[in-house]
Amino acid sequence: MIPLSHVLLLSGILFSLAVAGIFINRKNVLLLLMCIELMLLSVNFNFIAFSHHLGDLAGQVFVFFILTVAAAESAIGLAILVVLFRERKSINVEDLDAMRG
Amino acid sequence: MIVNVLFYVFGAILVLTALGVITARNPVHCALFLVAAFLNSAVIWLLLEAEFLALTLIVVYVGAVMVLWLFVVMMLDVDVEKLRQGFTRYAPLGALIALIVAAQIGLVVYVRKLGLDDTAAAVVDRPAGYSNTQELGHLLYTQYLYPFEIAAVILLVAIVAAITLTMRDRPGQKVQDIGKQVAVRAKDRVRIVKMDAEARQ
Repeated sequence: MIPLSHVLLLSGILFSLAVAGIFINRKNVLLLLMCIELMLLSVNFNFIAFSHHLGDLAGQVFVFFILTVAAAESAIGLAILVVLFRERKSINVEDLDAMRG
Repeated sequence: MIVNVLFYVFGAILVLTALGVITARNPVHCALFLVAAFLNSAVIWLLLEAEFLALTLIVVYVGAVMVLWLFVVMMLDVDVEKLRQGFTRYAPLGALIALIVAAQIGLVVYVRKLGLDDTAAAVVDRPAGYSNTQELGHLLYTQYLYPFEIAAVILLVAIVAAITLTMRDRPGQKVQDIGKQVAVRAKDRVRIVKMDAEARQ
């Protein structure tokens, strides 16, 4: 049997790697979106680990919904990215300062 | 016991692929590393007895979403070198923050314990004919029916949004103008000519 704490630690490592990825690849919108996917994956790990260890399927139902929303998010995100690239010929975060943010 | 060994092996590969995602030079490689990460997670989810979700992850994520990612990565002509400026400058900061986050989570899990050891006793041995898919489907179509339908609507919204965002008018494109088609009257198109009948020759 897999100890719950080890699964939680694995998902924590995955999450922190994704956070590091956001810092490292802070210019590339594409990679930022990929890091968000990694974060969602690590959160799903927690849900599944607890669902397994508590013998409660509700966690898996939540993972199901997270997967749905993540798929929708990446579809819309990529569509926005494609439009942005058509408009600006770049996906560099620093070029996207039309709002002076 | 074999389950534990498999968990550690695939967990190690998962961490390595995640490292690949954040450090690879080429965005295509990043996407492929992400595919590998999803596959490894699917194996670990299988070990945690979430069979339906593991297969869903492979079919939906690796099969559909990551293919979409690869399409977009290859469609965009990205200047990789320019985007990687400052990589080495921010790498130490990123590593530091990753270490802090990981240490905090480790502290919570190991030092505080959270009563995790008590809950381990709750793991149930499923009978031989147990079907994860069937149980999940039963929950989804009874207790979580409304969230399930909202999820379907969210997917519909995503489809409509993605299509409307990326659709554009190219010159010379042949499209129907439904309004014009409906507004057409017979007298605009057809001319009725009165003429005398002629005998067959």
